[in-house]
Amino acid sequence: MSENPLRDAIEEAIKENEVILFMKGTPEAPACGFSARTAAALQALNAPFAAVDILPDPRIRQELSALSGWPTIPQLFVKGELIGGCDIVMELYESGELAETLGVEPPADAPEPAASSTQSPPLGIENRLG
Amino acid sequence: MPTADEIKQRIEAAIPGATAEVEDWTGGGDHFRAVVVSPAFKGKTRIQQHQMVYAVFGDEIGGPIHALSLKTQES
Repeated sequence: MSENPLRDAIEEAIKENEVILFMKGTPEAPACGFSARTAAALQALNAPFAAVDILPDPRIRQELSALSGWPTIPQLFVKGELIGGCDIVMELYESGELAETLGVEPPADAPEPAASSTQSPPLGIENRLG
Repeated sequence: MPTADEIKQRIEAAIPGATAEVEDWTGGGDHFRAVVVSPAFKGKTRIQQHQMVYAVFGDEIGGPIHALSLKTQES
């Protein structure tokens, strides 16, 4: 054990879950448009994934970003490796690479993830919660 | 509070040969969207390209710049 049990716990979670998404809120009740779109892309592919809500404790985000070198939330990890945030996940989803990375069948009609159908910018709700 | 123009200038000053198009997504001065094109992205993964742009702003991302949505392209 190092002197940083929270960082150990995050590392452990990334190692133990093949697909893990760190997000604001939960997949059912996302608290940020970026997190919502990223979770929706995974759900559209029926990919099983673990989700961690980083909002309850600001230290989770600090430790996660220190660990990954990625400043923003959400962050998607597959097989222990950082795939990216919302922009990259959406690019990969649209190109079909996300299904490949996750090892799932791309949907035949490639529907847009539900949360991305609205083009409106994300609201600042995460500021109030964070 | 940074403006879209300041963000554009800082990206172009920090990344060799870069051209950036930046828009203030919400008009609120904290959610920005940028398309960055640079020869310096050659041979780098998408993650590394985005990290190069994020590195320009350090702690400001998540702080005064709440979100910077990125698209990077090699030129």
